[in-house]
Amino acid sequence: MTVNVLYFAWVRERIGLPREAVETEAATVSELVEELKTREDRYAAAFADVTALRVALDQELSDFEAPLAGVREIAFFPPMTGG
Amino acid sequence: MGDVRVQADSFDAGAELNRFSEAQAGAGAVVSFTGVVRDVSGGLEAMEIEHYPGMTESAIATIVDESKARWPLTGALVIHRHGRLEPGAQIMMVATASAHRVAAFEAAEFLMDYLKSRAPFWKKEVTREGTGWVAAKDEDEAALTRW
Repeated sequence: MTVNVLYFAWVRERIGLPREAVETEAATVSELVEELKTREDRYAAAFADVTALRVALDQELSDFEAPLAGVREIAFFPPMTGG
Repeated sequence: MGDVRVQADSFDAGAELNRFSEAQAGAGAVVSFTGVVRDVSGGLEAMEIEHYPGMTESAIATIVDESKARWPLTGALVIHRHGRLEPGAQIMMVATASAHRVAAFEAAEFLMDYLKSRAPFWKKEVTREGTGWVAAKDEDEAALTRW
């Protein structure tokens, strides 16, 4: 399946792009992260410590063990600093 | 004029509060909060606020809905800016209205606590020495547990 993967804040800066289409058979967010980490050093660096990251699936906060079935948009970002 | 607005433009907090207050039939209490860019370290040139268009609006709407479910509000308003903001600029405002003040105060604090760590915004400080992302504070996450 093809999913849109979005990156924000320092995750975007470390990977070097704000979004990309990714072809994957990953069943969960964690599996997708493992796939991305094997691509290039910049991905490995961005995902080195997933406890420092948050994930949203189709614009809803989720977690790294969540299944990807039916998901179209996956966003990775650091903890939010609004207000 | 919706009750959730995410925008790059500045806003007139006084005019927004007046407009909001006039629309609150039956409210005996209106509470508002305005957040301002603060130069903590003494070298801040600007704060750059990034957000997640689409999710930002829906996440704030969910937080507003939750506040309305918890307190008997006649209305709630959230305005949050993004983009480059200089020290002294208004970043955001929250207003709540209810028959009585306790509900309005509590709902405003609830909205602020949730906007801090559940609305997808990220702040970057631009100083003379360089730039750096503002780290989320443990106390901001901990603040959610009181609700």
